[in-house]
Amino acid sequence: MKERHPHRFSLFLAGNKIPKNRQYLFSILLVCSVSAICFLFSAYIGSQVVALIFLLTLSLTAMLFDILPVLTTAVLSALIWDFFFLAPRYHFALVYTEDKILLSMYFIIALVNAVLTFKIRQAEKIAREKEDKAKALRLYNTLLNSLSHEFRTPIAAIIGASDTLLDQPDRLTVNDRKNLLAAISSSALRLNRQVENLLNMSRLESGFLQPKMDWCDVGELVNAILQQLEEPLANHSVETDIKESLPLVRLDYGLMEQVLYNLVQNAILYTPDRSLISIRAHCPDENLEIVIEDNGRGVPEDEIGNVFDKFYRLKNSRIGGSGLGLSIAKGFVEAHNGTIDLKNRPSGGARFVLRLPAEKLYLNKEVNGQ
Amino acid sequence: MDNEEILVIDDEAAIRRLLEITLQSHGYKVLHAATAKEGLEKTAYHTPDLVILDLGLPDESGHDTLKKIREWSRKPIIVLSVLNNEEDIVSALDNGANDYLVKPFRTGELLARIRSALRVAAVKDDRPIVSFDGFEIDLSLRTVKKDNEIVRLTATQYALLALFGRNEGKVLTHQYMLREIWGKEYVGQLQYLRVFIAQLRKKIEKDANRPEHIITESGVGYRFMASQP
Repeated sequence: MKERHPHRFSLFLAGNKIPKNRQYLFSILLVCSVSAICFLFSAYIGSQVVALIFLLTLSLTAMLFDILPVLTTAVLSALIWDFFFLAPRYHFALVYTEDKILLSMYFIIALVNAVLTFKIRQAEKIAREKEDKAKALRLYNTLLNSLSHEFRTPIAAIIGASDTLLDQPDRLTVNDRKNLLAAISSSALRLNRQVENLLNMSRLESGFLQPKMDWCDVGELVNAILQQLEEPLANHSVETDIKESLPLVRLDYGLMEQVLYNLVQNAILYTPDRSLISIRAHCPDENLEIVIEDNGRGVPEDEIGNVFDKFYRLKNSRIGGSGLGLSIAKGFVEAHNGTIDLKNRPSGGARFVLRLPAEKLYLNKEVNGQ
Repeated sequence: MDNEEILVIDDEAAIRRLLEITLQSHGYKVLHAATAKEGLEKTAYHTPDLVILDLGLPDESGHDTLKKIREWSRKPIIVLSVLNNEEDIVSALDNGANDYLVKPFRTGELLARIRSALRVAAVKDDRPIVSFDGFEIDLSLRTVKKDNEIVRLTATQYALLALFGRNEGKVLTHQYMLREIWGKEYVGQLQYLRVFIAQLRKKIEKDANRPEHIITESGVGYRFMASQP
């Protein structure tokens, strides 16, 4: 957030927001109205004060507008000053040498002012562009490194295991062969997950994601995910609290499966072994609320705002990951018009809360009603 | 030689399992570690004959682990990493890695590199003569013979060939070679190296355009192979 303000101010200064023809219009209007006000008070202020007021006006336009509208301001104000304020009034001709010098000085100062401000802004713009480029490059490199890790590691396992199986089958025991095949299978699944993540990300970015709503049993959904993650969960404990009285809820099963999978997998990756991951689902009001929390180390407070950003990885994180999981989870939850929040638990660990506005179907009530 | 012990330091369980099975089936004893800390402990406690090190470890960068091991151990280290940019490769080799293999890798290639690293480690230092392809480099007499006839080399050509001979099978980075032969201030002068490598290849390779002994490691350096892997 801290960075945003100067950035916005620079954009404002660069005059990016105001179209060129309006800049001319504003400059002319500004000079005319300042002239009119000065003209009204010309009995009380001398022509030199008017010149200073014009220079101030010019400086303001130089900060906001492009070079040509500013030069127009400079020329127009010089002419008006000469015509209305310098003796003889209502004539362009000048009588006193002092006034001639003053007018030329005014014009030169106005020009220098306009050009200098313009140059400063140009330099600032170039510096900003350079910085943006460097930032983009850094981001790109980090991204490429984590993506290449996520893709190359399972590919390495697949190639390596199949090489060993093909080259020296006689050297391997039955158990070795089984283990190598298991490594190929789990690596292929992992690779598939990553491809799916990238595809899901582009689905989200295309803006054409349409959830296919259907009645779902949340308990069944959670159990399906825990089954898929059985192997990675081997070193963690899981606790679920999903009441049987929970109604059926209308949501897109496939999308929510991905959301919960990503959240649980995230908890597995970022907590030490033997941590406890707990999943609760309930319907406190019109919404379905799913809470996934762990008793790990939690997320650094200053990074909580970023964790849902695309490709964002925790600073100092040495854990593999593409930085896509949480941003996909958020995108899919939002496609359900829901929200997802992350907070650290007071007792330590991270707590993700999903809230989905959901149509509900109470099996028991319906049975009672009939 | 079949009982040599190899320590695999890699945080990916699938890779550890794969390497364990592959290496065991080729007669090596295998230890493994999932973190840098565990890896350092096992290197110190078991003194394995060779270490295979991943650079992306959960508790610290593998580059740092490499430096720490090199503070007290001269055992061969092969870096096995998904990072395939020249910076990482050069830095790992300069920090004392004997070899660098990018994931995904072919197991045949890895096994060849392991054999080469172990062979070099076994015969190091007290071996004054390196022979290949009818050539003999005598490191103590500072002579090179081909089929028992002296081959004329300039001082720099000899220094370069001797450097290769002492580091058979190991990738030598451009910077390392320039520093060793010409001195620190020549580290940026890549063209020197190119010229002398070309001269040396003409003298020792059967076909200088298809070198079999002085192999280019693109963007990184050169590797000298006395025999085909």
